[in-house]
Parts: sequence; structure tokens; C-alpha cells
Amino acid sequence: MTDAKTEPLLSVRDLVVEFPTRRGVLRALDRVSFDIMPGEVLGMVGESGAGKSITGASIIGLIEPPGRIASGEIRLKGERIDTLGPEAMRRVRGRRIGMVFQDPLTSLNPLYTVAQQLTETIRTHIDISKGEARKRAIALLDRVGIPAAARRIDDYPHHFSGGMRQRVVIALALCAEPELVIADEPTTALDVSVQSQIIEVLKDICAERGAAVMLITHDMGVIAETADRVAVLYAGRMAEIGPVRDVITEALHPYTAGLMGSIPTLTQETDRLVQIPGAMPRLHAIPQGCAFNPRCERAFAPCRETRPDLISREGGRDVACWLYDPARTGELRDA
Amino acid sequence: MIAFIIRRLIQSIIVMVAVAAVSFALFRFVGDPINSMVGQEASIDDRQALRDSLGLNDPIITQFGRFIGNALQGEFGISYRLQMPVTELIMQRLPATLELALVSGTLAFITGLGLGVYTALRRRGVLSNVIMTGSLIGVSLPTFLIGVLLIWVFAVELRWLPSNGRGEVVSIGSWWSTGFLTTSGRLALILPAITLGLYQMTLIMRLVRAELLEVLRSDFIKFARARGLSARAVNFGHALKNTLVPVITITGLQLGSIIAFAIITETVFNWPGVGALFISSVRFVDVPVMSAYLMMIALIFVIINLIVDLLYYAVDPRLRVDRAAHSH
Ligand SMILES: Nc1ncnc2c1ncn2[C@@H]1O[C@H](COP(=O)(O)OP(=O)(O)OP(=O)(O)O)[C@@H](O)[C@H]1O
Ligand code: SF4
Ligand SMILES: [Mg+2]
Repeated sequence: MTDAKTEPLLSVRDLVVEFPTRRGVLRALDRVSFDIMPGEVLGMVGESGAGKSITGASIIGLIEPPGRIASGEIRLKGERIDTLGPEAMRRVRGRRIGMVFQDPLTSLNPLYTVAQQLTETIRTHIDISKGEARKRAIALLDRVGIPAAARRIDDYPHHFSGGMRQRVVIALALCAEPELVIADEPTTALDVSVQSQIIEVLKDICAERGAAVMLITHDMGVIAETADRVAVLYAGRMAEIGPVRDVITEALHPYTAGLMGSIPTLTQETDRLVQIPGAMPRLHAIPQGCAFNPRCERAFAPCRETRPDLISREGGRDVACWLYDPARTGELRDA
Repeated sequence: MIAFIIRRLIQSIIVMVAVAAVSFALFRFVGDPINSMVGQEASIDDRQALRDSLGLNDPIITQFGRFIGNALQGEFGISYRLQMPVTELIMQRLPATLELALVSGTLAFITGLGLGVYTALRRRGVLSNVIMTGSLIGVSLPTFLIGVLLIWVFAVELRWLPSNGRGEVVSIGSWWSTGFLTTSGRLALILPAITLGLYQMTLIMRLVRAELLEVLRSDFIKFARARGLSARAVNFGHALKNTLVPVITITGLQLGSIIAFAIITETVFNWPGVGALFISSVRFVDVPVMSAYLMMIALIFVIINLIVDLLYYAVDPRLRVDRAAHSH
């Protein structure tokens, strides 16, 4: 990421996703922009309903109708993928972008063995024989940490524990060697004791293969340990993006600062969680100006009128907040 | 697996014994068997002698035991009305009913499955809506009305198809007679098969559609799509297979009711099957035929249930508990 000339692997620009409903059109994402560099781990955080899963779904082209991408663009290695036809997009899914969902207990088809699901996926994307695909599948299961993979591969999903199933899911997401893996809360449904192992396996195996990861999670602790950069979503808008260390130690956006206060660390007591008063607005009642202004302690005049765009700061950081616009903070000083 | 089959077999036997008890009660207590066998002029002594020789004065339990013993040998006595062994009577007419049930069951299953899948995958299509509305009619019209309508259109007005009987039949072996081998036999099957199968077809179609829509919303289908599997693999390989367990259950049960409800269709089309036999035996209180029919229907239901259970077992690996136990 130090090489400024590196092309981003994934580039999302001004993405708007809308859901037409009886009560009008809901904007689940409103001009969201971010990049993911090759091999990078980008953490994505935000409260429930902030739009994290919708962001992932738009990238792999699986927003459930009638939801749709209303404007903006998504590029993979410079090529538009949001405008691809269904068949071309199908060949991107699994092959170039892998996906890991939250609940391993429901992610696998209960009626097929792990071997059947893995070889089917591999052979959908790579032209090799059944035997060859099976060999690859066993090697991959072994790599994600399934003991006795050669034997267990012929078991059905219900023969595995939750943690083991999530390893199988990771193997399935990675079996056609995608360049980007989107992991949507991959450990939320798991036992606390196995969560860090799963994250570690995911991170290591992606690092080995040079695959980038977009890691969606509620857990700032996981982001702190795993991600290179972090993106903070609030009410369908990007609040702040930057290198993890910097964002944690010195958050720019008042919302991020509140979130960071809620990371339990070894040195802090966990009951010192800082709670931001109020709740994230519902999509049909997003306030004018900055979406965060009703909850923001530092809100001032422009916050209630105009929405702030992402402002680039030094150190590869971006923040959408009027506090960082010198022209506006002038008003603050005058007031 | 063996334990599973044995458990199911024991359950089946219990069901059959219960039905036998009802059947026996019917046989023994509805009307007086002696009255039905001898004329008005028989003396009290004659009657008493007949009672003794038939064992009707033995304790009930002994009589029930004898009833079951006889039933196991396919022995249900003599029809009061037709003076023929009941078993022979039923066997003569069983092929007609079984062929009708088989054809209409297959028809109902195949078209029900096909239309169910179509209407689920093309949920918003115009044709899907037409089919769904049409199926409401299929569910709500009574069977005899459908039969009469079909007869009126295709037999009376258009004169394309016969309205009654089995057409020409060919004997196979000592007791099976089939209508499959002659043109008139096959033509005669069409209207009754549609009449009998229409209700089951709409039921299967609505079930397949509902189950498939449900499965298509599930996480593993989302994940299958996210892995780039083709629409065909996702819809048929992954989604449809997961609807099979409920569909097999209902279809199996429906096949049982097809045979049971053949009574109405057989009456409308004058079809020489066991259903029509049952109706006439009810009219003449021909109790041995009634109780034998009851036992036969129960046996068919029990056998179908057993087959359904075994199919479950074949489709859904989660039911194979024995294996899961030793590999954690
Ligand atoms: N099918 C839909 N119809 C209407 N609105 C939807 C639909 N799917 C999602 N939304 C809305 O889009 C917003 C973003 O949802 P999303 O699932 O991306 O949230 P999230 O950040 O992943 O939350 P969580 O942490 O709970 O998973 C939510 O407010 C949700 O109500
Ligand atoms: S723009 Fe204003 S309201 Fe929004 S976060 Fe910044 S200071 Fe707070
Ligand atoms: Mg989510």
C-alpha cells in the first residue's frame, strides 16, 4: 500500500443501492466509495443495518430484487462488473470473488457430501477431471485445518461441528482461487473459543494466495488484529476509511471515535464500553445534512444542512465530516 | 438401518391389528351374519346349530384370533350378496383399480412437479399466475363434478373418449387383467385418470411451489449462487432436491387416498374396480366385502408409508443417525 502507483483490485465509486418499497424508495447505500488493494485485508464495520451486507451483495451482484444498484460503479482490476450480464457475472462469482457467509450451519446443502459440494464448485470454474478436483479439495480441506481430510471429505455437513463447517465454507469460497474474498461476519455464529482460529485460517490462507479480503464484522477487536485498513459505514454512508492503527489510535470522525471507545482491550475494563447515545436513523428517516448529526456532540451549523463528502487527509485517510473542512470550521470559529 | 426398518414394521403391524379389530367388529356386530346367510324360514334350532358350527358362540377373543388367522391367509368369508369368496371377488376387481390409481398417480406427480417448479421459478410470470388461479379451481371442484364435466365435453359432445368401463382388457397370468395393451383400454383410462388425479395434481403442484420458494430463500442457496454455480445446478441440483422429502411424503399419502377415493371416480365412470364393489356392498350391507375392503385399503396405506420412510432415508442423509453416531 506504500506503492502509490498500485492499481486497486476492487474499486467502488459513488455506489447507490435502492429498495423500492410501499413507503417509498429506501436508499440502503448512498454514494459509497472505497478501494481494496491486491492482497489487502479491508475491515468493514458499522452498526446493524449500516449497509455492510448490502455492500458485499452489490459487489458479487446478488442484491435481492427489487433492490438494485441505482448508480455508481464497481470495478474489478479496472473492469466494470456492476454492468455485466448474468452469465458473465456468474463466472466472476466464486472464480474471482469468493464469499463467506455468517452461519456455517445453514450455508451448506445438507443433502450433499462436502466432497460433492467442493468438486462441483471447482469443476464449475476450472476445467479439470473429477479425480483432479477431488485431490485439490482434499488438499484445501487439509489446509483449512480439517483433520483426516481425505476421510472426512465424504461426510455430510451435519457430521461436522460449527467451527469445522465454517472451515468447509472457507474452503468452498476459496476453491476456485478468487482474488478477493468477502467474509460477512464469518464468526458471529460461532463459539467464542473457535472464532480467532477461523479468522486466522482465513487470513493466512488468503495471504498465501495473495487474495484480498473484505472482512465485515461488528468486532473491532478482530479488525484491530486482522485488517490493514478499516472502513466505517453509518446509515448507508461511508464515515471514515484509513489504516487500522491510525484509525484506532486517533479516530477522525466523531462516530468512529465513539465506536473505538467500545473496543474492549486487555488493559481496559470491559465495562468501560463507551455507548454513543441515540440510535442510527432508519433508512426512511435519515436527517438532512450529516446523517450522524442528531447524535454528534460536535455538530455545528453546516452539519444540519449539507451532507459532508469524503475528504482526503494525509496518511491515506479519508473522513466525511465538516470538522475537517477548513472553509466550514471557519464558521465554527466565528460562531 | 435394520433397526429403523424393524421399528417401522412393528408400527405397521400395530396399525394393521387396530384396523383388523374395527374390521372384525364390523363383521361381527353389524347386522346378524346368520340372518344374512339363511332365509326367514330357518328355525331357531337351525340357527343355533349354524352359530355353533361357525364358532359364533366362542369367546370374542377366540373369534378375533380366528378372524386374524383367516385374514392372514387371505380368507374373508363368502360375500352375502354374490355368494362368492370375498378374496376372489376383490382380486378380480383389484387390477382395474390399481391400474387406474397408478396412471392417475403418475400423471398427478409428473405434472404437479413440473408445474410446481415452473410456477416457483417464474414466480411473476403471466402463465404462472394463470396456472395458480386454475389450480384453485382444481382444488375446489368436487371430483364427481369434474368427472361429469369431462364426460359431457369429451364423451358426449366431442365423442373422442369413452365415458364408461375399461374398454377391452387382456388377461395376464391367472388373475391380472390389463387395459394397457389395447387401444380401447388405454382410451378408456384417460378420463377417469384425469378425474381421479386432478385434485392430487394441484395439491402436489402447490406444495412443490411453496417448498421450492422456501428453499430458494435459504442460506445454502445464496451460498451456492455466490460460488457461481449455474442457475440450473442451483435450481435443480440444490433447491429441488431439498423439496423432495416433504413432496415424497405428501405424494405417498396422496397415492393412498387416490386408491381410497377411487370409489367416486369408479362410480361416475362405471369402472369395474374395488371402489365400485365397495359402494354396492355398502348398499346391500355385504359385511364380509366391506371388512375385507377396509383391511385392503389399510394394508395399502401401510405399505406406502413404509416405502415413503425408506425413500426419506435414501434422500436425506441426516436421518441416517447410525453413521453420525460413530463419526461425531
Ligand atoms: N430486501 C430489502 N428490502 C428493504 N430493505 C432492505 C432489504 N435488505 C436490506 N435492507 C435494508 O438495508 C439496510 C442495510 O442492510 P444490511 O443487511 O446491509 O445491514 P448490515 O450492515 O449488514 O447489518 P447487520 O450488521 O445487521 O448485518 C438495512 O437498513 C435494511 O433494512
Ligand atoms: S459532520 Fe458534523 S455532525 Fe457529522 S460527524 Fe462531523 S461534526 Fe458531527
Ligand atoms: Mg449484515
